[in-house]
Formats: sequence, C-alpha cells, structure tokens
Amino acid sequence: MLVAEGLRVDGDSLRVASVPAAVEAEITLQVDGRAVRLTIDTRTSLLDALRERLGNTSPKKGCDHGQCGACTVLLDGERVLSCLTLAVAHDGGEVTTADGLAVDGALHPVQQAFIDYDAFQCGYCTPGQICSAVGVLREAERGWPSHVTADLTGDAELTDAEIAERMSGNLCRCGAYMNIVPAVRAAGGAR
Amino acid sequence: MRPFTFARPAEADEAVRTVARDPEAVFLAGGTNLVDHLRLGVARPSLVVDIRTVTSREVRDASDGGLSIGAAVTNSELAADRRVRERYPVLAQALLSGASGQLRNMATSGGNPLQRTRCVYFQDVTMPCNKQAPGSGCSAIGGYTRYHAVLGVPAAPDAGDPETCIATHPSDMAVALAALDARVQLRGPDGNREIAFTELHRLPDGDPSRDTVLHHGELITAIDLPALPAGARTAYRKVRDRASYAFALVSVAAVLRVADGRVADVRLALGGVAHKPWRAARAEEALRGQPATEAGFRVAAEAELAAAQPQSGLDGGNGFKIPLATRTIVAVLRQLTTEA
Repeated sequence: MLVAEGLRVDGDSLRVASVPAAVEAEITLQVDGRAVRLTIDTRTSLLDALRERLGNTSPKKGCDHGQCGACTVLLDGERVLSCLTLAVAHDGGEVTTADGLAVDGALHPVQQAFIDYDAFQCGYCTPGQICSAVGVLREAERGWPSHVTADLTGDAELTDAEIAERMSGNLCRCGAYMNIVPAVRAAGGAR
Repeated sequence: MRPFTFARPAEADEAVRTVARDPEAVFLAGGTNLVDHLRLGVARPSLVVDIRTVTSREVRDASDGGLSIGAAVTNSELAADRRVRERYPVLAQALLSGASGQLRNMATSGGNPLQRTRCVYFQDVTMPCNKQAPGSGCSAIGGYTRYHAVLGVPAAPDAGDPETCIATHPSDMAVALAALDARVQLRGPDGNREIAFTELHRLPDGDPSRDTVLHHGELITAIDLPALPAGARTAYRKVRDRASYAFALVSVAAVLRVADGRVADVRLALGGVAHKPWRAARAEEALRGQPATEAGFRVAAEAELAAAQPQSGLDGGNGFKIPLATRTIVAVLRQLTTEA
C-alpha cells in the first residue's frame, strides 16, 4: 500500500522506495534590517524560513493556509501572508516582522497603542495583527479604498468600520477586536 | 509536498517555453492559491516557474478609451487605481470584496481569475473528486452544497458519473470582468491570441478537471477593459456568510445604461452559482429595451434563474441561492437606477 510519495508498507515493514530528492536554492533576505544568506529547500515558506531557519518566532503559524493572518509580515513594505509565500521566490526581498518594528528600543506607535489599549489577551495573533495594522495605516495614507468605503472616488477616512474591514484578515480567538480597533485608530492618529 | 525545481525566467517567452515543455510544470504568480495547493497535495508540480516579473505591472490607458491591465498588477493596486475606481467601480468593488488586505497585496490580475474552486471535496485529496482525480466521482453530490452551483448543473447529478462536478468558481474579480466584456491577452508556445473573458472559463462538461480553455504553458499577459458606453453605471454586490473575508454565496456584477426610462444597455454576471462566472444572457435579453422598473427587473431575474437546479445536501442543500440570486439581481439594478 502506498502511504505517501515513495513510502510503501509491505507486510509489517515500512520501506522507502524512491523519495524524490529535495531541491535546494540559495537566497539572500533582508530580515529586520539584517542581511542573511540561506540555503533552503525550494518548498520552504517564508514563514518557515523565518521561524525554523532564522529563529525569528515573531510571525506565528496559526493555520498555514492563509486563513488566519497570524503569519503576517511586511515584505518589501507591503503586508503579506508569509505562510503562502515561497521564500525562494523572494530572493533579495526585504522582510519586516513585528520583532523588527521597534527602532533603538523604542516601540513602533502601533506596538505602543496595542499596549495602551490592551489590544490582546493571549498574544498569539498579536505580531500578525501589528504588522497588518502597520500595513493598513500605510495603505490608508496612500488613499487606498476598502470594501466599506462609500465613495470610491474620494479619500477614505479611517473610521472604526474601515479599520474592522481592513483588519478582517487577522483573526483573534480571544476576541480582542473591541480593543484592537481603537488601538489602530489611535496609532493612525499618531502617525 | 513533492520536491520541485524553481525557475525565474527573465521574460515571458522563456517562461512560456519552460512550462510548455514540462507537462508537470506550473506558473507561480501571487501564490495565494497555488502555495496552499502545494501543501495540500492538490498541486504536485515538478517545476514552479515564477512569472511575477515577466508581465507588466502597469495599468495603461488604451486607445479606445478603455484600460489595459498588466497581468502582474496586484489586486490591491488595481482596486486603488483612480481610473478603475472612477470608470469601472464594479471592478474595484469586486476586488475589494474578495479575500483580505494581505491576500490582495499578493494576488495578481492574471492569477486571480485562474484560482481554483474552494469546493471542500476538491481541496481534500482523500475524497473522490472528478476535478482532482478524473473519474473518481463527485463527493459534493448529497454532501455539503452550500457553496456549490445551481446553474449549469443537472437536476439530479449522479455522484458516480465521471463527468459530474457542481463546484463554483470562487473569484469576485472574474464576475466583474465577465460583466465588463473584458478581453484576455494570452501568450502561448504557438504565439499570441486574444479571447473574450467570458470564453476563458468553461463548464465541467466532458472534463471537470479543466477550469479554463487555456492550453498548458499559455500565459495571461494582460486583461483589457473596453470603454463603457457614456452614461453607463456599474456595481458589484456580494452576499456571504460573514461581513468580510468570506467567499460569495451569490454575487452580482452589473453594467446598466437607462435612456428615457428604458434599459438601453445591460450586462449582468453572477458569482457563486456556477462552475464559471455566469453571464446572465437570458436576464439581459429580458431587460433590453424594456422599462427600467423593479417589476421588469424581477421578471428578468426570474427568467435567468428559471434554469437553476437546486442541489440537495447534508446542510439542507443550496436551493436558497435561487431566490437569493433573484433578489440580489433586482437590488443591484434598483441601486443603479435610483442612486444619484
């Protein structure tokens, strides 16, 4: 019986038939301001490269399917899901995780706002929420609209409804949304 | 996950040639669907060819007054483009109603229409599925059908029939493009061709494993939007289980021009109801030249849904989509005739 690619169970023994060889690639990433050179399996997600290879456990593996937002990082300045990003496809990319947002020990305004507004409980989704919020504020600054923007031809104001819609890709199982929204609003006002 | 070789060609012709010569090669754009499929075992390529830098990332003004969208333009960039927001609000609204901010930053204009169904049986490789493993049957028949089709499907499909598939196409963007009479620019191993966007996707008939008419190695390089008739108004409305970040149960994209109280031009497309973005030709025919009234809109919507076939299921089936789609069509047309 074939149980996986190249794995066959014959009687009581599990035998490796012909497991296809992993393909490796060498990439350079700029992670939180530091250049790193890595040899990776082409199958490695950016999330796994950060967590397992570089020891940066700030982005979290919530679902690994692009549904929860816990792995959100800024890639070349834009918020993306690192679990659905192949590291090999971003050779030379500039990655900022929540871990790299503070400058010289001073918290990023979004980080400070999350503390001031008690915008988390267990904290697992928080690094993703914070990277996403930094992205939301940049997008709003550029005048990008959202699904709840009534007048697409005007500039959207960051109302609570706008913040909730723009942050909808980040799930929080503790349900801290009621405090996340004012935290993002406050950080937006402070930018 | 099966190991794969990764390539990033310098230009589109090389990307097309590279994929065309390996039947197990795939294109990678934003990766939002493909990378998940690699992990799930739904896609098992030997070679992944990154095309994000071989097609245009610009939206250009076309000579006919329309727009030409480079395949690498992200969903976020396209939705934020002032020309799209002002001239094609249906497209901006459709894009903004899809996925999340992070996913829209990754997903591309060429890749979004080529995303695959979110049918839970298709995404579970342990389940029989004619789209995933041709000839194995359809697990959705009599299963959970809330997100499945009511148009372009038979009344009582046979789960064991190797051609049965009641999956829906998940894209919002594609529904807007179908209503806008968009054109798709393709580059293939045998040269370039242009097709109507409404011809890109296909019904499952004969081979449910094929979502589109594209040949292996054929690449979308751009999507062109023709200019809309002066005075035409457009809108997209999506009905879903959550207020945000959910696929459509039913969606409607509409382009409407009313002159002297009568429908002068109308184009309607439906999402969440069929294997492809569903151009509502019957409704359009029933509307054209008729008075632009709510009663007329209802007659037209009912004409379109007359062919719908509710699918039974463990979750109570999806017959609710028929009145829901009817009412959503009416609501969108009413919105386009009553708003200032």
